[in-house]
Amino acid sequence: MSEATMEDAGRKRGRAKALITALGMLPVLILLAVGFELLTGKFLSVNNISIVMQQASINIVLAAGMTFVILTGGIDLSVGSILAASAMAAVIGSLWPGGLAYLGIAAGLGLGLAFGLINGALIALLRLPPFIVTLGALTAVRGVARLLGDDTTVFNSNLPFAFIGNGTFLGIPWLAIIAIAVVLISWFVLRATVLGTWIYAVGGNQEAARLTGIKVSLVILFVYGVSGLLAGLGGVMSAARLYAANGLQLGQAYELDAIAAVILGGTSFVGGVGSIWGTLIGALIIAVLSNGLILTGVSDIWQFIIKGLVIIVAVALDRYRLRGGART
Amino acid sequence: MTTTAPVLEMRGISKSFGPVQALRDVSLTAHAGEVHALMGENGAGKSTLMKILSGAHAPDPGGEVLVGGERMPLGNPKLAKAHGVAVIYQELTLAPNLSVAQNVFLGNEKSSRGIVNRRGMAAATRPILDRLGVSFRPDTKVARLSLGERQLVEIARAMSTNARIIVMDEPTTSLSSRETEKLFAVIAGLKEQGIAIVYISHRMDEIYQLADRCSVLRDGAYVGTLSRDELDASRLVSMMVGRDLSTFYKKDHKPTEAERDVVLAVEGLSDGVEVFDCSFKVHKGEVLGIAGLVGSGRTELLRLIYGADPATAGRVLLDGAEVTPKTPREALDHGIVYLTEDRKALGLFLDMSISDNVSMAVADRDAKAGGVRNFARAAERARSAIEALSIRAPSASLTVGALSGGNQQKVLLARLLETNPRVLLLDEPTRGVDVGAKSEIYRLIDGLAEQGLAIVMVSSELPEIVGVADRCLVMREGRIAGEVAAGPDKPIEQEAVMAFSTGAPGERGGASLAARGETGR
Repeated sequence: MSEATMEDAGRKRGRAKALITALGMLPVLILLAVGFELLTGKFLSVNNISIVMQQASINIVLAAGMTFVILTGGIDLSVGSILAASAMAAVIGSLWPGGLAYLGIAAGLGLGLAFGLINGALIALLRLPPFIVTLGALTAVRGVARLLGDDTTVFNSNLPFAFIGNGTFLGIPWLAIIAIAVVLISWFVLRATVLGTWIYAVGGNQEAARLTGIKVSLVILFVYGVSGLLAGLGGVMSAARLYAANGLQLGQAYELDAIAAVILGGTSFVGGVGSIWGTLIGALIIAVLSNGLILTGVSDIWQFIIKGLVIIVAVALDRYRLRGGART
Repeated sequence: MTTTAPVLEMRGISKSFGPVQALRDVSLTAHAGEVHALMGENGAGKSTLMKILSGAHAPDPGGEVLVGGERMPLGNPKLAKAHGVAVIYQELTLAPNLSVAQNVFLGNEKSSRGIVNRRGMAAATRPILDRLGVSFRPDTKVARLSLGERQLVEIARAMSTNARIIVMDEPTTSLSSRETEKLFAVIAGLKEQGIAIVYISHRMDEIYQLADRCSVLRDGAYVGTLSRDELDASRLVSMMVGRDLSTFYKKDHKPTEAERDVVLAVEGLSDGVEVFDCSFKVHKGEVLGIAGLVGSGRTELLRLIYGADPATAGRVLLDGAEVTPKTPREALDHGIVYLTEDRKALGLFLDMSISDNVSMAVADRDAKAGGVRNFARAAERARSAIEALSIRAPSASLTVGALSGGNQQKVLLARLLETNPRVLLLDEPTRGVDVGAKSEIYRLIDGLAEQGLAIVMVSSELPEIVGVADRCLVMREGRIAGEVAAGPDKPIEQEAVMAFSTGAPGERGGASLAARGETGR
């Protein structure tokens, strides 16, 4: 299809697509918030919004990492398990006798980064499919998480960084501040740096990226490293909130919420198209849904069903967007 | 040409998409047993016309289509099929994991009480395959067939619905020459069976070989029809472009041949599979053409020089010093750039802007401290590229996917040129590009050679090599089979190139024939 008219139609479609991408799911988020307020009368209270932010924050951090990965056309199924292992490391590190107060944070972040880099190396250097590698990591790292605490729950009632999970700064929860900072830094990297442009290029057309001289392996190593690091940060946040970590239960199925947030945010599953703001809105939609459904008294069984349907609708939208794309 | 009533008559077809008129009052006829070629630049309206014939688009009111003298309802693909119209698109529509027979009857399965009758379908497919004279069987999986064989499956599918009119939209684009020959033999067979064929192609040699008549569209309007004995390349091209083409090619650059001016030297390069022991030199300001049949290893050779694939033996020298790039990155750093033959799959980032595409290879060179993009510089590069290469785009922030083929190709060329290269490796630089943009690309290549770049150009279009190149290497089965140079007043001899590429100098024109070579304009 290369007719002049097609080109024109393509341009129009391109514009419509840009608008859809820019607006994204924001109207849906607003509708949901207003709807829950009308149903319950207490959804939009300052107190509840603070709770929603807190609930959303860990998923926002994971989904930010997932955005990097999915933008390259990959997937990271291991973030929930990495979160659990990192949370274990953070609590155990904080218990280290005579250690520095914040050793736990370093342990959590370091472990997450290490797992992410292992994923990235397997995918970039051995050219294994991301789905397979991170599916394996999902199971293996879960095992590591259980191993770390001898399959028990580890506690630290004097957790030195507990304020992260429960404190506020100028009335805003620290968890939310961290999540917003992660989004801002991600936005800067993706939008304004050469590395960010390379990430979009690799996702848009990996072979073209290689032939253009882009170091594709480096880009892939970077995105999985970031995803692992942010999963580690999620682990630290989670440990700080609970004063405890459990290798078996923590972070179960978190990867699914993170993927759902990214896809809801309009990032294309095949890579190359998407934005971190979309992911933020996607994660907020999931948090608003969970919180709002609880407030309206819907049973948790129905919460599962509704959240699942939302994910499917999101993928349907992804398909629609791709078909409406300007590829002539 | 037959004198019977036409099996297909399209009369007064117009079609507009919003404010854009894609077709204006176009008429076309085809007789049974005739190959009617349809030519025109990209955007001339060929595909739109064929989509109206296949029912994919409904035309504006006023036009009519008669098949076998009977009026066909328009805008309905099912009815068009029932009337015996079959269209074979460039992108094949087969299911690779199903058998040939299952594909032939896809969507039209023979079944009894909901159970698919595989044996019946295979039995019904066999005589069709026999008529096509193919070697694969009805139960062969399509995934195991070559692209050319898959095309034959599409044709078999068309025949299974008793098609009277088969439209082929650039069917040979991805076929090897042997497969192309096979396809042409099948087309000859279809003609004998009284099927009318509408054949869309950009390739002159195919039109010469196949067409009984050739119609030309330009800007959505019918320009004219030439019968077989009137066919003439320059006449067809000027009909398509609407102007005289005496200046179509441009070769003003003067290559130097001094040994000290050798920029790129390739010595014994091999990949052990498709390229064997290739050696040649390119001088400053020289355009070296590489001809040869599809599959002769031309693309693979360029990719080896560029470091896109690993070489098993051989060296690449730049100004006499060995560089032999192991990755594209290294080649780029040495000033060697490569234009892929498949710009969509291997070249462009279709979802990204012109500006990003043009500056992609130099984004890190331009970057500010901390790896921050210099967007102002990128926009500047894009603006100057749009002007210098006359890329037709309203803005540098437009997505590349929205551009036409010719403009996409210019964007890709611009990206290469932004790296300030010394050696250009061009693989089919004008493939899928309309005639106007082709001429502009030739001018660009000529201008770059004049500036002293060393240029290697792989092309399947001999007139292009004759028109642009100073020397021509011919590849056959992965080796350099020969070299044909242009003299001071004598262009490259096409017959000699053909002889080297087929390896049959006796039959296809040796030295004596080559001397009176009919050459490009």
